Amino acid sequence: MIRKIINFYKEGFLSMEVGKKLWLIIGIKLFILFIVLKLFFFQDFLSSKFDNNKAKSDYVLEELTNLNK
Amino acid sequence: MEHIDFSLIDWSRAQFALTALYHWIFVPLTLGLSFIIAIMESLYVKTGNPEWKRITKFWMTLFGINFAIGVATGIILEFEFGTNWSNYSWFVGDIFGAPLAIEGIMAFFLESTFIAIMFFGWNKVSKKFHLLSSWLVAIGSNLSALWILVANGWMQNPLGMHFNPDTARNEMGNFWEVLLSPVAVNKFLHTITSGYVLASIFVIGISAWYVLKKRHVNLAKRSMVVAATFGLIASLYLVFTGDGSAKQVAKHQPMKLAAMEGLYYGSDNAPLVAIGVLENTKKPYEEDFLMDLPIPGGLSFLAFGNMNAFVPGIHDLVHGNKEHGIISYNEKIEMGKKAIDALAAYKTLKKENKTDEAAAQLKIFEANFKYFGYGYYFGHNPHELIPPVKLSFYAFHIMVGLGTYFILFFALILYFNLKNKIENKGLILRLAVWTIPLAYIAQEAGWIVAEVGRQPWVIQDLMPTIAAVSKIDSSNVIITFFLFLAVFTALLIAEIKILLAQIKKGPGNLIESSTKN
Repeated sequence: MIRKIINFYKEGFLSMEVGKKLWLIIGIKLFILFIVLKLFFFQDFLSSKFDNNKAKSDYVLEELTNLNK
Repeated sequence: MEHIDFSLIDWSRAQFALTALYHWIFVPLTLGLSFIIAIMESLYVKTGNPEWKRITKFWMTLFGINFAIGVATGIILEFEFGTNWSNYSWFVGDIFGAPLAIEGIMAFFLESTFIAIMFFGWNKVSKKFHLLSSWLVAIGSNLSALWILVANGWMQNPLGMHFNPDTARNEMGNFWEVLLSPVAVNKFLHTITSGYVLASIFVIGISAWYVLKKRHVNLAKRSMVVAATFGLIASLYLVFTGDGSAKQVAKHQPMKLAAMEGLYYGSDNAPLVAIGVLENTKKPYEEDFLMDLPIPGGLSFLAFGNMNAFVPGIHDLVHGNKEHGIISYNEKIEMGKKAIDALAAYKTLKKENKTDEAAAQLKIFEANFKYFGYGYYFGHNPHELIPPVKLSFYAFHIMVGLGTYFILFFALILYFNLKNKIENKGLILRLAVWTIPLAYIAQEAGWIVAEVGRQPWVIQDLMPTIAAVSKIDSSNVIITFFLFLAVFTALLIAEIKILLAQIKKGPGNLIESSTKN
């Protein structure tokens, strides 16, 4: 069964024409999104500053209540 | 509020707008074309005519190109939530978590499994199972949109939640209330239907080009009949969903409605501006019409189903209108400030273990929470709470004008196809080709109305952009803005180039394989 599924995908990928170019684009795109952008530019702001939810909550509460003081 | 970096807010907003608008170039075609393909394949299975299989496979290839290039472009929006809008991300809590998790699971299982069968399964699975897969891809991609739009609907009209003052997060109180919120339901129906309209125009436009070039005429004419029928039904239904959305906007976001219509002073029997040009004036929020074509009572009817109903204008909403029970923005700002101060006091008193005083502050907070976000405008001019009127007005009128044109367009295309006269109608065929970009303009205009019209709110009445943004360096946002611009533009160019190459190539290479099954 598993071999059938693997063969199904394998044959499908091998018989692609436009698809090969598309997979290349998808690969480049995912590399840019998840490796370049996510790792270097889009770190989760709260997780990068605080280790636990309590600290995150305290920080956001502080932000929300002190913004216009 | 000297410490608020408005350049950071503006760049973060611009970046979100850029990503959302680019993402939305790819999505509606996927939503609509998946159904058109499923209908075409149903015709193949029903009739056994291999020409329908050839047609299905051709459009499936174009669907695959759009799907592959568009896939994961939406994930960037989630990156931005965590980095640029961390206060917001924390504040929304599990309200977003649940729908987005369901969306992820649904997208993964339905789309990744059945898309593979849809593309690789010809001649390998039975005709009926293949057809079922195509329908499941269509249903799955549309259901994915449901969960995203439920989350967006909640931002436009937050309900079904309880704010936890200890964690600063909203907690899901009633999942069904969030899911079945009339705002979310209308938004979902209106959005997916608009996708059906765009996909129908896409199919008709490309088919029209083939007819003009006298290539693949049979494929083109059959495709046009399916797309025009589907598009006509969808565009008529779009009128009802649009009407439903307008009524929800009137109920929950009256300022957005006033901005959409350039209505500064409310009135009974309020007119709907069919066509209008707002004048350029240096006075803020006082633009009048240079010329307009009003339909008396039209806006009252659109908003409340009653030609004589009172529709509040921008001035009524900002300054209040006692006669109609509308409280002013200054009063809302006062209540919002009370909520913020009570939350701050609650936090301090709880730390000091003064539970009774903390409970009293919590009561004040809860009584004023409805206007929590207004509190951030304490000491500000309430005019800052007015969305960009011109942009909202023109985007709304472009969307509605084009939507009306699309109904006539589909009717015309269907009529000439059924009369078998379409081949001789060069002007209409050229018009069909040029209607493709108009469909995309209408889509983007729709999102501008939905999102610009509700500014400055990230979550209606609860959280404005100034409170939602993270304290990060604006130069980071500027760099990534241009990075996204470059990546998305490259993707768009790649999509257009690959699509055009495939369209020029046509379905010729598919004939041989289509006769096998």
